[in-house]
Amino acid sequence: MRISTLLYTLKQGLKNVIRNKVFSLASMATIAACIFLFGLFYCVVANFRYMVKEAEAGVSVTVFFDEGISDEQIEEIGNLIKKRVEVDKVNYISADEAWNEFKEEYLGEYADGFENDNPLKDSASYEIYLKDVSMQSALVTYLESVDGIRQVNKSEFTADALSSLNSLVGYISGGVILILLAVALFLISNTVALGISVRKEEIGIMKLIGATDFIVRSPFIIEGMVIGLIGSAIPLLGIYLGYDKLINYIVEKFNILSTILKFLSVDIVFETLLPVGLIMGIGIGFVGSFWTVRRHLKV
Amino acid sequence: MNTLVQIENICKVYNPGENEVRALDHVSLQIDKGEFVAIIGQSGSGKSTLMNMLGCLDVPSSGSYLLNGEDVSFLTDDELSDIRNKEIGFIFQGFNLIANLTAFENVELPLIYRGVGKRERKELALESLDMVGLSNRIGHKPSQMSGGQQQRVAIARAIAAKPPVILADQPTGNLDSGSSKEIIKILKRLHKTGRSVILITHDNEIAAQAKRVIRIVDGKIIEDYINDKFMEE
Ligand SMILES: Nc1ncnc2c1ncn2[C@@H]1O[C@H](COP(=O)(O)OP(=O)(O)OP(=O)(O)O)[C@@H](O)[C@H]1O
Ligand SMILES: [Mg+2]
Repeated sequence: MRISTLLYTLKQGLKNVIRNKVFSLASMATIAACIFLFGLFYCVVANFRYMVKEAEAGVSVTVFFDEGISDEQIEEIGNLIKKRVEVDKVNYISADEAWNEFKEEYLGEYADGFENDNPLKDSASYEIYLKDVSMQSALVTYLESVDGIRQVNKSEFTADALSSLNSLVGYISGGVILILLAVALFLISNTVALGISVRKEEIGIMKLIGATDFIVRSPFIIEGMVIGLIGSAIPLLGIYLGYDKLINYIVEKFNILSTILKFLSVDIVFETLLPVGLIMGIGIGFVGSFWTVRRHLKV
Repeated sequence: MNTLVQIENICKVYNPGENEVRALDHVSLQIDKGEFVAIIGQSGSGKSTLMNMLGCLDVPSSGSYLLNGEDVSFLTDDELSDIRNKEIGFIFQGFNLIANLTAFENVELPLIYRGVGKRERKELALESLDMVGLSNRIGHKPSQMSGGQQQRVAIARAIAAKPPVILADQPTGNLDSGSSKEIIKILKRLHKTGRSVILITHDNEIAAQAKRVIRIVDGKIIEDYINDKFMEE
């Protein structure tokens, strides 16, 4: 295949898009809607994941020991805990550390009176960080059955609810995107089929004077891919430009929740969204037109 | 090798079965390079069917066809396209120009399919438009030209890539006698430059311009003779 032939094919493909204006625009609009929704859902899901992760990082389970327990026993319990698969990291907090922290936080300058008398002398504990919050209940059940443990404090963080909301959003968006995808495929296929039927005679002449299947077919496939490219580039650009504004708006509106609402930067989101979105758009265009050309151009 | 076309016992049957049409019936034919042959016959006698075989536009139901010594029945679709593009220039009764392209763009097309670069393309296209006397019409679309001019554009397109064979199916069928003479003159000139010309017609007067005449009736060759009165242009 020579370069001049490729260039010609490319030019014909672009011409097809312009010649077929109304249908091309309709196809582009559908793809744009599809990719726009995809982008939006992706932003929501990605940020959700991020927030959950951030929140999880601070979540821990704390265990306190029976009164009068020996240091060896505490160490033994520590080893048991460390062996659990759910556990990411274990911190030992001695009674003195707990007391010091308490003094600093709540008593401040009044702490002097308690100088040599630690009222929290049985408050040594393990602070256990989990790999994943969803494993929390399994670990708590186990810990409660271990000898020498008096009490297990678990975090009230509702990661479970968040996770299921997250996957609900995922399913709904997946469904909507699938429907839009089907509509986009249908429209592209019709656009290309129309172009082929309008140019049936021209294609016949092309074949007569020696055009190969590649030369006859590829302009239509390029047409589909260009429609897909433009159709996906526009909404992606829109999301890129609008992202920060939207985030700022949300942060202002819900600033009570500002400790939970942590957002990804637009650049990080687009590291994935840009290639995936473009490939989706061009892919829809390619599949739609290829399929149609195969069906209608049995030359 | 001086043989261009070697056809042995070709049959072409349309709609095999009930209303079967035997368009070509055991045709054998040999044409050498550089000949100027007219194939003449009445409407429905099988001329276009024969031309489709010769031009690799269709394949015979039975029999063999060697073009330049190569058996074309084993070639793929794209290889046949390639032969049409490189070996054969087609001229049709209905011109078969692409309506929304200018004369120049129409002539340029087969060169594009061959992958000829832009500058050379322009040179060759202008040269062949000049050869048919249309240098002053290169920017016109088919609808802005007379039938004779359109057919000359089609000839320019057929010869732009300098194929060794010209296949013309009733090229004057839609033209008045003046334009017809013009077209035949051009074909003769092409023959003189060394090309093989195969001209299909149902007009005795036009057939008489060729060097060799093959008459076909009901899909059979019934006459094949050398024209003594043939005159080079
Ligand atoms: N695609 C086809 N299907 C069925 N029959 C066909 C087909 N093409 C041609 N025929 C038949 O084959 C016979 C020869 O047709 P062909 O087109 O070769 O005639 P022709 O000599 O070119 O006639 P004309 O001078 O009118 O162009 C005719 O009887 C025609 O009806
Ligand atoms: Mg005919």
